[in-house]
Amino acid sequence: MIVKAVRAVLLALVALFFLFPIFWVLLMSVMTNQDILRSPPSLIFEPTLENYVALISGQLDTSVGTLEVAYMRNLMNSLILGVGSVLLSLLLGVPAAYAFARFRFRLGENIAFTLLSFRFAPPLLVLLPLLFYFQQLGLYDTYFGLIWVYQLITLPLILWIVRGYFEDISEDIEHAYRLDGHSWLATFLRIAIPLARPGIAAAALLAFIFAWNNFIFALILGSSDVQPVTVGALAFITASGINYGQIAAALVLSVVPTLILALFAQRYLVEGLSLGAVKG
Amino acid sequence: MAYFEIDRLSKSFGKSKVIDNLSLSVRQGESVVVFGPSGCGKTVLLRLISGVLRADAGDIRIDGESIAHLGPDHRDVAMAFQNFALYPHMTAFENIASPLRARKLAEAEISRRVHELAELLRIDHVLGHTPRELSNGQKQRTSLARSLAAPPAVLLLDDPLRNVDAKIRYEMRLELPRVLREYRSTVFYVTQDYKEAMALGNRVGVLYDGTFQQVDTPAGIYGRPESIRIARLFGDPPVNLLPARPELSGDGRAKLRIGGSDLVGPPSLESLVGRDLLVGIRPEDIEVLTEPAEGAIAVELDALTPLNVRAVMLLRDGQGTEILASCPEDDRPPLSRGRRQVWARLDLGRALFFDRATEMRIH
Repeated sequence: MIVKAVRAVLLALVALFFLFPIFWVLLMSVMTNQDILRSPPSLIFEPTLENYVALISGQLDTSVGTLEVAYMRNLMNSLILGVGSVLLSLLLGVPAAYAFARFRFRLGENIAFTLLSFRFAPPLLVLLPLLFYFQQLGLYDTYFGLIWVYQLITLPLILWIVRGYFEDISEDIEHAYRLDGHSWLATFLRIAIPLARPGIAAAALLAFIFAWNNFIFALILGSSDVQPVTVGALAFITASGINYGQIAAALVLSVVPTLILALFAQRYLVEGLSLGAVKG
Repeated sequence: MAYFEIDRLSKSFGKSKVIDNLSLSVRQGESVVVFGPSGCGKTVLLRLISGVLRADAGDIRIDGESIAHLGPDHRDVAMAFQNFALYPHMTAFENIASPLRARKLAEAEISRRVHELAELLRIDHVLGHTPRELSNGQKQRTSLARSLAAPPAVLLLDDPLRNVDAKIRYEMRLELPRVLREYRSTVFYVTQDYKEAMALGNRVGVLYDGTFQQVDTPAGIYGRPESIRIARLFGDPPVNLLPARPELSGDGRAKLRIGGSDLVGPPSLESLVGRDLLVGIRPEDIEVLTEPAEGAIAVELDALTPLNVRAVMLLRDGQGTEILASCPEDDRPPLSRGRRQVWARLDLGRALFFDRATEMRIH
């Protein structure tokens, strides 16, 4: 009994510790800047939706005048970049993962490792040369350019996670399907991919979150036309002051899509993994 | 007329030659059991035939046409896997229908054939289940049904009874020949259980060291094994191997000194006088007596194990050599457990004579 109670209290404390910043951001998003900056902070205030209104309408009223913010556009950009780069990575990475899992070929491991090594180097290392290349190639400030460079983040993730799932599928199952008279492409599409689906979903979700959270590539390689929310939030640091309320509201809005996706995928992932689909 | 031919097939992995210059001809509709110890290359052989692996050298022909260059999907070869290899995300129905779908049959025809097979194998009540909802016996039948769905020219069965329990194994041993007859496929059946090999094959190929060491009827392999190793693999309890050197006795007949006694051998032994032999005697060719008798050697009974309908007796001769004897449980001498003096009469007329150096049988 006591042990249980203690455990519950401790867990509650941990949860509180980690959830408190989120709770505070939620509060801030419905406060005016004056309320936020009041010292000492107070929980008694008049909630307001004006931060959200400002974000959605794109009109930011400051003491020195009205500023245009492209927040909704940034949100859209985030979606385009995240979905686009994950889709491209799936298209390239899933067949590649299958190849690495099933076939031994010359330099195979080296290629796989090289792709993984993209994750080792800090982005700052390659950013400046990339900027020059992008300007030369006309890729600067385009969705395509950013989706391309996001492959550095998403492709290795998808490749290495999905590869493990493919390796777990019994080769006999695929052989059986070939012997039934199906081509290897049919075997890949109707046996390997469905059986690795939980892994593909997990990898895609993870890659999406990484892409969504990226800041530095988008900051340097694009203008506000293609920049995602992570960069867009900078607009609230204005000459006349920092608009904490809008930043908080922007944060809340930017978390929503990933949260929905995570909740949706979590149910799917747990189901997929507990099926023991691969073991047959 | 050979229908299915394997011609000097070889396959190596790195430095180890798993299949080495292996050849075999099979008639249409014949069942050949591939029998061998684990790790002898049975599964590799099946994979070479199915096309999942490519051979380094040699050819495989069905009805005179080489299939060695074809992929597994074009070989007209089906296989039932030891671990069933069912598609976990499909129902039993879809598993069995898979070869028919590959052949793009009409939905009604697919349904008809799947139900027909399911009825034959008595799994029609579980067609809607996924593999993880099936018992091992049902999985095994589903995998067998799948391999038979589009009757293949050659059917490969990779130890299909290994992973099912004893009751189903016995049932299937009786049922399989009936099902296979119905489909008239040429069957390759891999097993490492000699009883299964005895029960199922028109012929048995004993595979080890990369090639067939002997191909014969089950009775032929049991009665005339080419080597000591084959004799040992085939039979349970295993064959007794007693070192002996035949000598001529005064009356011109060959005698063998076994267990401290001189035993008169069959006439065929006379040509082997002076050679170092291993005399192979099956346990059932040894009669255990409670009284001394003409031609029986004195041995000590060490242990007696009733095994279902047969009793197995562990005997020890004067030099301490162990000899196994077996007989139907009903015929066994009235012995209580515990060590005691008994006499064993060896039926040398049915003995196998092996050269001690080459370990090959002397004809």
